Amino acid sequence: MSKQQYVRGGQDLGRRLYFLSVAAAVLFAVILTRLWFLQFIEVDRLKEMSENNRLRFIPVAASRGALIDRNGKVIVNNTPSFSLAVIPNEVTDKDYLIDNVAKVLKLDKEELLAKWEKGKGRAKYIPIILASGLTRDQVEYFEENNLRLNGLEIEVKPVREYPNVSLASHLLGYIGEVSEKELTVPEFSNYNPGDYIGKSGIERSFESYLHGDDGGRQIEVDARGRYLRTLNETLPVPGQSLVLTIDIDLQKATEKALGDKAAAVVAMDVNSGEILSFASNPGFDPALFTGRMPPEIWKQYLEDKRRPLENKALKGMYPPGSTFKMITALAGLSEGLIDENTTVNCTGEHKLGNATFRCWNKKGHGRVNLKSALRESCDVYFYQLGERLGVDKIAEYAKKFGLGEPIGIGIDGEKSGVVPTAAWKEKKTGTKWFKGETLSVSIGQGYLTATPLQLAAMTAGLANDGKIYRPHVVKKILDRDGKTLREYAPELLKNSSLKPDHLRLVKEGMLAVVNEPRGTGAAARLYEVKVAGKTGTSQVVKQKDAKMALAYLHRDHALFVAFAPYDKPEIAIAVVVEHGEHGGGAAAPVAGQILRKYFELKGVIKRPVTDSDIDESDNESDGGGD
Amino acid sequence: MIDRRLLTNFDWKIFLLITVIVALGVLNIHSASASYKLAGLSYSVKQIYWFMIGIMLVVLTCSVDYHILEDLSFWFYGILIVFLLLVLVVGKTTMGATRWLHLGFFTIQPSEPMKIVITVTFASFFTRVAPQSLLGLKEIIRPLAILMVPALLIAKQPDLGTAIMVCLVAGSIILAVGVRWSTMLTLILTAIPILFIAWNFLLRAYQKNRVLNFLSPERDPLKSGYHLIQSKIAVGSGGITGKGFMHGTQSQLRFLPEQHTDFAFSVFAEEWGFIGSIVVLALYFALIIWGMNVAARCNDRFGTLLAVGVTAMLFWHIIINIGMVIGLFPVVGVPLPLFSYGGTSMITSMIGVGLLMNINMRRFMF
Repeated sequence: MSKQQYVRGGQDLGRRLYFLSVAAAVLFAVILTRLWFLQFIEVDRLKEMSENNRLRFIPVAASRGALIDRNGKVIVNNTPSFSLAVIPNEVTDKDYLIDNVAKVLKLDKEELLAKWEKGKGRAKYIPIILASGLTRDQVEYFEENNLRLNGLEIEVKPVREYPNVSLASHLLGYIGEVSEKELTVPEFSNYNPGDYIGKSGIERSFESYLHGDDGGRQIEVDARGRYLRTLNETLPVPGQSLVLTIDIDLQKATEKALGDKAAAVVAMDVNSGEILSFASNPGFDPALFTGRMPPEIWKQYLEDKRRPLENKALKGMYPPGSTFKMITALAGLSEGLIDENTTVNCTGEHKLGNATFRCWNKKGHGRVNLKSALRESCDVYFYQLGERLGVDKIAEYAKKFGLGEPIGIGIDGEKSGVVPTAAWKEKKTGTKWFKGETLSVSIGQGYLTATPLQLAAMTAGLANDGKIYRPHVVKKILDRDGKTLREYAPELLKNSSLKPDHLRLVKEGMLAVVNEPRGTGAAARLYEVKVAGKTGTSQVVKQKDAKMALAYLHRDHALFVAFAPYDKPEIAIAVVVEHGEHGGGAAAPVAGQILRKYFELKGVIKRPVTDSDIDESDNESDGGGD
Repeated sequence: MIDRRLLTNFDWKIFLLITVIVALGVLNIHSASASYKLAGLSYSVKQIYWFMIGIMLVVLTCSVDYHILEDLSFWFYGILIVFLLLVLVVGKTTMGATRWLHLGFFTIQPSEPMKIVITVTFASFFTRVAPQSLLGLKEIIRPLAILMVPALLIAKQPDLGTAIMVCLVAGSIILAVGVRWSTMLTLILTAIPILFIAWNFLLRAYQKNRVLNFLSPERDPLKSGYHLIQSKIAVGSGGITGKGFMHGTQSQLRFLPEQHTDFAFSVFAEEWGFIGSIVVLALYFALIIWGMNVAARCNDRFGTLLAVGVTAMLFWHIIINIGMVIGLFPVVGVPLPLFSYGGTSMITSMIGVGLLMNINMRRFMF
């Protein structure tokens, strides 16, 4: 760098500093001019506005998108709800007003005053909600007596209406006021305190579609709070409606079949992944979560041993029990360890070292091959096969059927279940894998767990030659004119290249479970359609004595998975009945009833039209027995 | 350790100037927060404490020769970048943005000191690294990279106000250093397609909405638009002489948002009118002109550029804050230096004032 350059740079620097100062002065002058404009020219208008500053902002909530079933039947919609609000700085006689409101709404004065106090930290022109859910008569009363009750205001908000009460409540979810914690999340940065948002299920996961954009009117009112003019208006944009994959009639039949049992059912379309019914029993009433939950009902929900608030189909992790035997069998077939003629002599137990592993049938099944082992759910057959496969091979095939990882149904909180491997156990517990544990896994017990959703997907995979379409619950998103904005096409989740012959052998076993003598799943048999399935029992307590066996919470879970029709599968279903003890006795009849309904709705099975039509499904399809 | 010359050269006039601004600010905070229900110390008293801490920082900043910053600048820069990255990974989230970093015993907000550190870094860069001539395309790429790293990290938090401020300060220094016209033109021409691509392909719908609401608050009359209207009513209804101390209806009835911090000036303009507003503007203008004089009179390039950067920082805060309050600029969360309530802003501003005094005092030593 030459000296000359530096000097030139220096001189220029001085000149540029001068220009920058001038530029700064110009910006100051702009500010000054604007101040002059506001404080000299606009002063009268703005002064008047400040003196009658009765600009009021009236939020107009957007109505939430509807939830519609696959056939266009509305499941959840909105209805207008009226709230009573008070604008503190316009109240002339507080005592009179509180007295009146308490009398008309039959509310406690103290409670009203407490609500009023709570809103006091905010600006005085912001309405404080005193009561929600007013009746038409109450609304009329306040509108007529508007003059004597200065400062009151009726707000109309669309709220959720649940004509089917608790139907599919876990899947649909509930809405509630946005919490302070949620307001700090970027997703909710455009929300205001008091807004309703989806809190669980579809309502939560599709919040951004369902919510819509709230609008509002900026109005000017006179000293008595009467409307003068609208200054600015933004119309609310209603939320988008969702067409679900659920069939509401099948859903109703599902929940009816479950009765008051603690249970979960997932039924899905094998060829698209569309969930046809999705139940976690018992359900809850979502409407109660929107307003003020009555404490006694909340207590009931919490104390119920059947856990009505938990989404068992999505978050319940159960050992799949014998419903997993198809996977062990496929692993054995694919690895060349067995074929259809391989036989095992079941004596009722299997020895490994010093340990004895028992078959559920203590007398033993005698000589069994793959088909009869599946049909009669022989444990010894699968102990021996599992021992030869090793846990890591079993895990490899379990993962091909979607176990051990979240399926991605698109609803928050999905559990992944556990597909154990030797490395997994070492990492988790620091201890080595024992061979005996492999035997447990091979019959679906031990560390192995899966959600009902995963079991349905697994069954769909078996039915569909190893192809699993990603289970999903939303078919289409509609705009407010009913036009389709987005459609969810079937998405292939797993495509395991298994030999068709191997799959056929396993499926034949499942067909035998339901349709052959000595099959454990006869209760799911339909005479019009061929059903293939598998029972399962999942241990809750390992060693039980007589006393424990009686206690409800120690009873085994009953499982059943099935698909139908056998020759051209359409529907796959997984049923878990908590503490139902035997898959064949407690879960298979449920699956049978749901499948019957499915084929009735399709017109494949003709329904006898009788007067007792409504009760009919209660005592049907009990044929077969266990 | 403290130089005797410090006392003789200490710029008492400027000290008086900032004391007057702070005093007006404290009075105004007192009025603006009169309607608040508070537990503990009032905002006005707390602001006085912050000012005292600020004075200590001014003395501290003055007592060390600013030239040591020339060597340390890249260290400061590096450490702050690490902190900014840490904020993104493990920062504490409040009000939807992650700006704070827990350091065990205390929390810091590394985006704020970046305003000063980018000044020091740029001053040092253009003194020691870059050729001291007008910037061409090749010379401007490195400083832009130095700027974009912290600016993008801060924008990601998201703290748009601070990110814009850091860019404006850096931009002002670049203008002082001087850029070739051709380079300027090229930069503008490249920026257009980048913005176009970002807008159409990178930003999601809600992000676009936020940008649009930011640029034109009327789109969103529920929030920023409402505040803007109320602020304009407050300033305008003050008229020539104002409604009188503690008598502003807009502020006492709390129609203004954050009226003791970002909207402090609209409270003042309502209560003191055009006359009061001119006084505050004049005080700020004096401060800026003094800052530019410090820059012009300084004999070394580092000191000049440092003074330009610090002055630019104060200047842009003033212009953007007042511009926002009177409806000239979009609503960005930028405080009015020395006037709005807030410890962070006070500390940054006072360190800036200290640096300017430091440079001013040492100009005779060359």
